[in-house]
Amino acid sequence: MEQLIRDKIRQVKKGDQSAFEDVIALYQDKIYRHCFRMIGNTHEAEDIAQEAFIRAYVNIQSFDDRRKFSTWLYRIATNLTIDHIRKRKPDYYLDDKIKGTEGLDMYSQLTSRDPSPGEQVESQELQRSIHQEILRLPPKYRSIIILRYLEEFSLQEISDTLDIPLGTVKTRIHRGREALRRKLRYV
Amino acid sequence: MNCNDEAHGLIHKYLDGDLTKAEEKELGSHLEECEACQKHLYELKRTITLLQSTEHIAAPANFSNNVMQKLPAEKKRVTYLRMIKAHPLVISAALIFIFMISGVFSSWNQDNELVVSKQEDLIIEGDTVIVPADVTVSGDLYVENGDLIIDGTVDGNVTLINGQLIENEAMDEEPLMAGSVGEVSGELNQVDQIFDWIWYQVKNVFQGVFDF
Repeated sequence: MEQLIRDKIRQVKKGDQSAFEDVIALYQDKIYRHCFRMIGNTHEAEDIAQEAFIRAYVNIQSFDDRRKFSTWLYRIATNLTIDHIRKRKPDYYLDDKIKGTEGLDMYSQLTSRDPSPGEQVESQELQRSIHQEILRLPPKYRSIIILRYLEEFSLQEISDTLDIPLGTVKTRIHRGREALRRKLRYV
Repeated sequence: MNCNDEAHGLIHKYLDGDLTKAEEKELGSHLEECEACQKHLYELKRTITLLQSTEHIAAPANFSNNVMQKLPAEKKRVTYLRMIKAHPLVISAALIFIFMISGVFSSWNQDNELVVSKQEDLIIEGDTVIVPADVTVSGDLYVENGDLIIDGTVDGNVTLINGQLIENEAMDEEPLMAGSVGEVSGELNQVDQIFDWIWYQVKNVFQGVFDF
């Protein structure tokens, strides 16, 4: 796997655009999922994930072959999402029109209240509230908690990915964990 | 042990896998006594399990296509290289075609020597072949890379390649007319364009084949 990626990146560096398609195929789910968990909105997550891949392609020459490509890619995606969250207006309003659709507003993004059978509902509700709590964390904790427990990165990998000292990563994980514990205690 | 600072610190270290043997013992013995800390650890572990149980999310369909379309254009050279790899047969056919064409061109451009079919009574002055007025050339006349003046008669076809048929006005001082050229009983075939030349060659080849 690592070797495959390395070869593909080498081809991309030589200017072969089609090799990058394979790179996208390998990482699209991970990067999209990461963005979605950071942002909490499918459209924005897709835009940002796309932007992350485009940035990676444009700046491929500055990527150091000896390092891990995924680490580099995650860093681009994380920085983009955090920038995006910072710039974002207070959040969206339910009456907002959704870009690129006709006549759809944010109400359509709300899940319907129709009851769906038993356990499924329960687990969906649980998933939603967990996701909501992740989204309520400040972005700098959020990215680390997502990387640690959803992407299952090691502490050292998180430190490399986000370019943050290991000690800081640990502190933020502790705080993030505590915050989530308090929120999810009675779920 | 102070539950809020020390014990909680150890619990987080434990969750990160950073505990030393001594700290492990210390935390273990504390947890046996302190129910609050047991609960705290349990809640943290449960939080992590909950986090890890979240649903699988996949990228939207067409994601990679959308990205590929938005990438800046790649260098031309690379595109060609990939084309060669993808269609070796087409490319080699094209190359052979180019070589053939360039071969024809070079034979057209390089052979500038005057070639005349073997016939008696022809006068050759530099690059000009003259059929004198009182002469009748029997058989086909072939001139390559030279001009031709016909004052006499040619009893057959005339083929003129890369040269011109000069009509000798000075001699008879008559207005230019078709009849002023000496007589040619067969076809007058003049080739001085490269495509005519190719066509002529192709025609010859086919004629050769059918004659055979």
